[in-house]
Amino acid sequence: MIFESFPPALILLTAALLAVIARPNARAIILLVAPLITLWAIWSLPEGVLLTTRFLGYPIEPLEVTPVRRMFATVFTIMAFAGALFSFRTAKTAELGAAFAYASGAVGVSFAGDLISLFIWWEMMAIFSTIVIWCGGTEASRRAGIRYAMMHILSGVLLKIGIEGVYVHTGSLDIVAMQALNLNIFALQPIDIDIWLLLAGVLINAAAPPFSAWLPDAYPETSPTGAVFLSAFTTKTAVLALILLFPGQQVLIWVGLYMVFYGIIMALLENDARRILAYSIINQVGFMVTAVGIGTELALNGAALHAFAHIIYKALLLMSAGVVMYRTGLRRCTDLGGLFRTMPVTCICGIIGALAISSFPLTSGYTTKTMISVAAEHEHLVFVWYMLAAASAGVFLHAGIKFPWFVFFQKDSGLRPKDAPWNMAAAMIFFAFLCIALGVYPDPLYAMLPNHAVVPVYKPEKLVFYLQLLLFSGLAFFLLLDYMKRTNTITLDLDWFWRVAIFNAGNWVFDQTTRIRGGMEKAFVGWLKSKEETIEDLSERDGFILRATSATGLGALYVMILLTLYVFVYYLE
Amino acid sequence: MTLYDQLPALLIAVPLFTAPIAYLLRAHGLPWAAATAAVVMTFIISCSIAATVIGGETIVYEMGGWPAPYGIVLHIDALSALLAMLVTGSSAAALIFGAKSLADEVGEEIAPSFFAAWILCTAGLTGMVVTGDAFNIFVFMEISSLSTYILVSAGPDRRALVATYRYIVMGTIGATFYLIGVGFLYMSTGTLNTMDLAARLGDVTELRPVLVAAGFITVGLALKAAIFPLHSWMPNAYTFAPNVVTVFIAAASAKVSLYVMMRIDYAIFYKNIPNHELQLALLLAPMAILALFAGSMLAIYERNLKRLLAYSSVAQVGYIALGIAMSSVAGLTGAIVHMFNHGVIKGGMFMAVACLALRYRSVNIANLAGAGRAMPWTMAAFVIGGLGLIGVPLTPGFISKWYLVLGALEQGGFGAFLVMVILASSLLAVIYVWKVIEVAYFKEPRANAAPIEGEAPLVMLIPTWIVVLTGIWLGINSYVPVTLATLGAETLLGAR
Repeated sequence: MIFESFPPALILLTAALLAVIARPNARAIILLVAPLITLWAIWSLPEGVLLTTRFLGYPIEPLEVTPVRRMFATVFTIMAFAGALFSFRTAKTAELGAAFAYASGAVGVSFAGDLISLFIWWEMMAIFSTIVIWCGGTEASRRAGIRYAMMHILSGVLLKIGIEGVYVHTGSLDIVAMQALNLNIFALQPIDIDIWLLLAGVLINAAAPPFSAWLPDAYPETSPTGAVFLSAFTTKTAVLALILLFPGQQVLIWVGLYMVFYGIIMALLENDARRILAYSIINQVGFMVTAVGIGTELALNGAALHAFAHIIYKALLLMSAGVVMYRTGLRRCTDLGGLFRTMPVTCICGIIGALAISSFPLTSGYTTKTMISVAAEHEHLVFVWYMLAAASAGVFLHAGIKFPWFVFFQKDSGLRPKDAPWNMAAAMIFFAFLCIALGVYPDPLYAMLPNHAVVPVYKPEKLVFYLQLLLFSGLAFFLLLDYMKRTNTITLDLDWFWRVAIFNAGNWVFDQTTRIRGGMEKAFVGWLKSKEETIEDLSERDGFILRATSATGLGALYVMILLTLYVFVYYLE
Repeated sequence: MTLYDQLPALLIAVPLFTAPIAYLLRAHGLPWAAATAAVVMTFIISCSIAATVIGGETIVYEMGGWPAPYGIVLHIDALSALLAMLVTGSSAAALIFGAKSLADEVGEEIAPSFFAAWILCTAGLTGMVVTGDAFNIFVFMEISSLSTYILVSAGPDRRALVATYRYIVMGTIGATFYLIGVGFLYMSTGTLNTMDLAARLGDVTELRPVLVAAGFITVGLALKAAIFPLHSWMPNAYTFAPNVVTVFIAAASAKVSLYVMMRIDYAIFYKNIPNHELQLALLLAPMAILALFAGSMLAIYERNLKRLLAYSSVAQVGYIALGIAMSSVAGLTGAIVHMFNHGVIKGGMFMAVACLALRYRSVNIANLAGAGRAMPWTMAAFVIGGLGLIGVPLTPGFISKWYLVLGALEQGGFGAFLVMVILASSLLAVIYVWKVIEVAYFKEPRANAAPIEGEAPLVMLIPTWIVVLTGIWLGINSYVPVTLATLGAETLLGAR
């Protein structure tokens, strides 16, 4: 049967192409049906390497199925379905097509059995996610889009060089767990450098420090629907790549913890509702990265489960923020408030998403994140365990309470927008249902995992512990409400360095080299003064000395200098 | 002897004999038709030759039946076949594409001499690639150069004349340097046949003239290939030449000089002069690294679209020079594949530029606001080409950079530095490609701008897209260029 070796990513890619050329009605059907076919295709694939072919003379395996890969592909496809349902009536055609191509890239990465296939799908995601950002249609989204593209092309280039290095130094392109990172930078072997580059490329996509800022920079500038797609794929494919390539690398524990707290602190300082949610993506991915760093089977399962649950509740939160933005055009906490009166569905779904991200018992976040803490506990990583517990309280503060409170309650902003359109409401209700269903009955989720290495999470002592944690941080929020109120400010992040400092430095270097060369040329041209000047006057000289093409005599001089140098070096030998 | 055996000779003979015919045809459209027919035929011939040599065979054709080293031979191996395909293919594509654009820019009056020059240029470049004689390379180099000057000076703008003048001066210096070098070699060995040169140079005891010859030849060819900082003639020549001429010369002409450099430096000097590869690397690597940065930076700050692409070519030639400097199979394969792939990419991009110029009457980037909407197919072709320059997977640029990075990684410590250079320059390419995308897709056209007639005519759009799709095909299935390039690299580095 053909579907036993047919890459499911191609179904979504075809749908993306068809969606761009189809008429609106047909487009809706294509977008809603294609993910279902993809889902069916994913689950009819047996495990193992199903397809091998050659690219550039190397044998590649574009389709390798393992339980954890299938789990990621499943949630990416569910996301494509819900995203299409949420956005098909309002989003631009280009945005929908790009989002589906982007989703197909994510599914492709999930099943990539070798580093080259992984890289090809990886770059596809970078290109199409950039287009999704541009579909925001504003000047800000255009600028954010190019910054985002630069960052991901950097990630791609690092990854590519790492891949080639791994191939040169090991002769294999398989996706297997890499050897432990060599932290002694004075005794690096070539293969160590390759692995570092590979890790750097993956971590940029996971929004790890010092490159975390691309995420909150780009995601909030998208259209109300675009952010929903973006929140799901890029960072989570990076988590999958980490699970496959770098399980148990100690350094990831600290990278992950940094991300967890960076996300919380920046989100607490933030005023823009969608930026709050963007920072909380970094925070949540931090949990997963920490889990990969712990590296036991339980921890890796926890990371995969948490990614699954996270995609659903984070998309749900961004959907509710998206509906608010779609109806009011506003996204700053200081402008919003009191919307629960007229937007009950959006409000309730937002609250369910917020409870799930805070891992409130009986939501999907609880059943998955607990697994990560337990894994830390089993490995006797006391410090890590305490940090994760503290972070859980922090998540409740910034995403669990802050987001719904400032958007739907607090003061009455006087806004009386209509509730979500039917399709948006349907998408939100679908995801809200999943959040609760997976919290109450997580067994189907656990069944997807290898060896079913999970621990029961509904134990009395854990429940009491989490409820205490959450209720006390909730109490703290309202006691400190005056400090939590956001003024109308923006938060400066590390991205200032590449948005302003590097840009100015580049211009400075260019100006200086221009000036130096200009000075040198003047000296030479004075010496070479010839009749040529008259004919030169015909040519255009528009100011800038580097742009004005230099005198022919100067070109001849360069030739002479090079020849002299060349012969001189020969005679030296 | 069947006709099939004569194919190598026909490769040069067909265009050389068509050129005077084209000049004599005075009727409307006929010179173009004659040129196109001749060039398409040479393209077919070079494809069939490539199909022969891809098995690893080398064709040696003795002109008039005189055996080497007394007679003149044509020497076609995998490398020459690949370059012959590039030259004749880009020439044919540009002509087929350019009927309308050339009628617009060059006009009826000078058409016969223009197309005669075009055919001669193709013949000259093809001749440089297939000949097995160092002096014949010079002869063909002069044929191609002189006819290229005519083609460039046919540009509609008066500044084309200044650009041509500068090109003539620099081109002549380059060719003269090459000739001086060949003279030294003849003095030392008494032969001009490249194979014979390689064999006899081993017996030469007094190496000094040979070393100087290497210097003259390498620097002269670097000038013809526009390797930074010897590129000064190139941006304006590309900018002010007729758009279709730019398509052809940007795709093929600098590449042929790089080919000759590889041939002479590897097949002759590398095998006979100890440490020649080190010497070559000392010259080429710094120039290449500077080219990558300076070319990209100049492109970033450029306001004229054609000159932007010309500066980007300066940077891309840097990649090829870097590959030549590596003197390893991977590095040379990367350089050779990039010659071919860059020809396909840049050719397609300059075609898109010609389409834009036809409608907008300007190639200033600022004037192209709104082109993404007014000419979606043209701009899409341009963007795909741009992705190729950046080296995104599934474009030909990815393939060539893959081999270059492999070659760099094999170099050990210095290689790591080269890898960083390649990495950084890829990011610079994003910026200058983006600059064009930004204006074309995100800027609103000025209120007083004349409305655009719409998409370019199909006679131009279809050839453009054929080239673009060929590029994508080469990005997915790179069997032909990579096999030929690997064979070529192995031959060049062969037994020492």
